Amino acid sequence: MWGGGESPFAVPWSKLMMWLFLLSDAFTFAALLTGYAAMRLTGGTWPAQGDFFNITTVVGPMTFILICSSATMAVAVGSARRGDLRTAARFLALTVLGGLLFLGMQAFEWAGFIREGARLTGFVGEGAAGIPRAFPATFFVITGFHGSHVTSGVIYLLVKFFQTRRGRASAESIEVAGLYWHFVDLVWVFIFTLLYLV
Amino acid sequence: MAEHGGGVAEPGESGAWYRTYVVTWVWLLLITALEIGVFFGGLARALFVSLLVILALLKAVLIAAYFMHLRYERLNLIYTIALPLILILLLFLGVARDAVNVFDLRR
Repeated sequence: MWGGGESPFAVPWSKLMMWLFLLSDAFTFAALLTGYAAMRLTGGTWPAQGDFFNITTVVGPMTFILICSSATMAVAVGSARRGDLRTAARFLALTVLGGLLFLGMQAFEWAGFIREGARLTGFVGEGAAGIPRAFPATFFVITGFHGSHVTSGVIYLLVKFFQTRRGRASAESIEVAGLYWHFVDLVWVFIFTLLYLV
Repeated sequence: MAEHGGGVAEPGESGAWYRTYVVTWVWLLLITALEIGVFFGGLARALFVSLLVILALLKAVLIAAYFMHLRYERLNLIYTIALPLILILLLFLGVARDAVNVFDLRR
């Protein structure tokens, strides 16, 4: 545990602060997912997700892409730590690409869902009867909140990419950005499981 | 990390330094494929849900431990991050009790 001295956690302050922020963010997502579970349990018959979402052709690949972008991020951090900023910049670019691809596919899913009559406050049009209002509401709020995290992450990593290419990003700041990106992937693990599969 | 005087030394002295990342990456992809397999597996509801939740927790631990390096940090930091997560469990259990009651009443 604490061996005494002046740095009990033995990490730079920015890293500790990012960890604490992510912890608070985890609570926010946990509250949203708990609310979803409660509404689903009490909201009547939940539709089969496979009827609305393309699990194998879109949502599965989205999950694969996000995991791959997490892996490229890890390599970017490792390269930056070893002083290889060229490789770090290259892998940061790949990570951004993965994030953009993910967002594009999420937009595609949203567009399809909306076309089928899903709105934030419930379903409209024919076939709307019997579908709980909470079904589209929880979907849009939770994937939207996650998507805004991905969007922020893409902007964050783009800034890091340009800084790294000019040799002006510290390895520590790339590592902190990496923590954020991995967290976005980690949250998606639960959203993928609880909203799409279960 | 050695330069921070952290807890466990990072592996990688043998083989390429990114080996751990590649292994983690492959495992995450395999578990995801397994999840999709379970989705179409036609298992009993309770088994289906608990299996998927366990697989998700496994993936989360892999990401936090290896991609986010939590495994190589000091125990001090690991506990600071991991222990408050118990609050999520409490939140979930508290709400679940109420939700199950409503569910039973509706039936």
